[in-house]
Amino acid sequence: MASTAITLAAEAPKLSAANTGFMLIASALVLLMTPGLAFFYGGMVRVKSTLNMLMMSFISIGIVTILWVLYGFSMAFGTDSGSLIGWNSDWLGLSNIGLTELWDGYTIPIFVFMVFQMMFAIITPALISGAIADRVKFTAWGLFVALWATVVYFPVAHWVWGAGGWAFELGVIDFAGGTAVHINAGAAALGVILVIGKRVGFKKDPMRPHSLPLVMLGAGLLWFGWFGFNAGSWLGNDDGVGALMFVNTQVATAAAMLAWLIYEKIRHGAFTTLGAASGAVAGLVAITPSGGAVSPLGAIAVGAIAGVLCAMAVGLKYKFGYDDSLDVVGVHLVGGVVGSLLIGFFASGHGQSDVAGLFYGGGLAQFWKQCAGVFAVLAYSLVASAVLAFLIDKTIGMRVSEDDEVAGIDQAEHAETAYDFSGAGGGAAKTAVAAAVAAESKKVDA
Amino acid sequence: MKLITAVVKPHRLDEIKEALQAFGVHGLTVTEASGYGRQRGHTEVYRGAEYTVDLVPKIRIEVLVEDDDAEQLIDVVVKAARTGKIGDGKVWSIPVDTAVRVRTGERGPDAL
Repeated sequence: MASTAITLAAEAPKLSAANTGFMLIASALVLLMTPGLAFFYGGMVRVKSTLNMLMMSFISIGIVTILWVLYGFSMAFGTDSGSLIGWNSDWLGLSNIGLTELWDGYTIPIFVFMVFQMMFAIITPALISGAIADRVKFTAWGLFVALWATVVYFPVAHWVWGAGGWAFELGVIDFAGGTAVHINAGAAALGVILVIGKRVGFKKDPMRPHSLPLVMLGAGLLWFGWFGFNAGSWLGNDDGVGALMFVNTQVATAAAMLAWLIYEKIRHGAFTTLGAASGAVAGLVAITPSGGAVSPLGAIAVGAIAGVLCAMAVGLKYKFGYDDSLDVVGVHLVGGVVGSLLIGFFASGHGQSDVAGLFYGGGLAQFWKQCAGVFAVLAYSLVASAVLAFLIDKTIGMRVSEDDEVAGIDQAEHAETAYDFSGAGGGAAKTAVAAAVAAESKKVDA
Repeated sequence: MKLITAVVKPHRLDEIKEALQAFGVHGLTVTEASGYGRQRGHTEVYRGAEYTVDLVPKIRIEVLVEDDDAEQLIDVVVKAARTGKIGDGKVWSIPVDTAVRVRTGERGPDAL
């Protein structure tokens, strides 16, 4: 996200067809990340929960799209009130926005900015779902998504990106959502799992990923879509910062994938597929806040540091005994914190702004600002999410019954099975006997 | 009649099938199985979490034969299945009361 007014301020910006087209494509790319996430997570669960994992992401597309249109955009990006929340009654239901009305200070229509940001609001709650695999009622999840978007995401997006939001005004750098998306979702995941507890058999039964090829497919889609997420967050490319972000996204992701693989080869003896996919995502998360501020060499450092730290962090759940099923905390919270704080060290002063970090002669001033943004969002999201999960648990209940969880949430909540490899299942072609019987009865009918 | 059952390493299937065809066996049934004996499993690692996978993939081959052929057929299977390494599997036989060919209704040895 652009953190300062761009250089066109001298004259009123005109609509740019190039930027508008780019941003519409970027919006579609960001949307694609949510199905990508669904596969990334879906491959990691056991076979009996595959569909539930996919559906938790897809339902977020449905619910958040509607909320965003009705009031979400207004709450996140409307006129500031008390540095905490926005509001603009013209934007409720998108009912009073001119098609050529420009987003203030930029060269794209409000509608384009609105839909781009909608995709961010969709994927953020979906990210949380990885922590609660196998065990949450689908209605409870849907209710949680709606409440969490309203109480946590819309306000936090306003703090970080909305004109007048406190973190935005303080000068916290969050280019594309390290704080608003990843720390936010990671802290929420931790809050929810502390309330709902572990899966049946956690630390006892083997819970191997059922399909690493699906995980790789999902990671690939995330990586591809992330270019829209990151480069698109500059809302145009008149000054080349969007392109810098694009390059750094690629560089940090490659570095993080290599770092995770090397770490685990040394630590555990093998280069794993899951490690490659996880390392790539850790790098994407870490460069998300920082990619506009660092140089490409800085991006290598950010990616490599995030790759190693996240690889170490995913083991913590076994030590502390919390069941973050697919490591949302270890990858998104830790990756987001690492990327956000490293801005304080690696900001080059030649990217999105002239802010320089410690290693570029800028002292620690930016680092302390980053700390303020990181820990405020972390604490708010953790507490608010735990409270929401607690309230839902005390009313309709968060978890499916233990029997349903053990037998498989797909059948219990969705009345479906992900895969049918048996030749004996229904829907087979008619056998010769059945066809003969059918032909016989047809004659009788005639 | 006897039912010969062999639980063996999956990659020996083609050898065993060819040897049985050469012996004159006209049909057999193969299912994928998993199990363990003296061959223990292996360790897999997912994000640093190590899992011991102690059920090893095997195939289970079943053949119906006439009593007189049973011992010789077991030898054929054992020879074709053997690699000499741990985990080669087991072969055994049990008596069978009756067998019917579904298409024709033939019973007993004629059904084989």
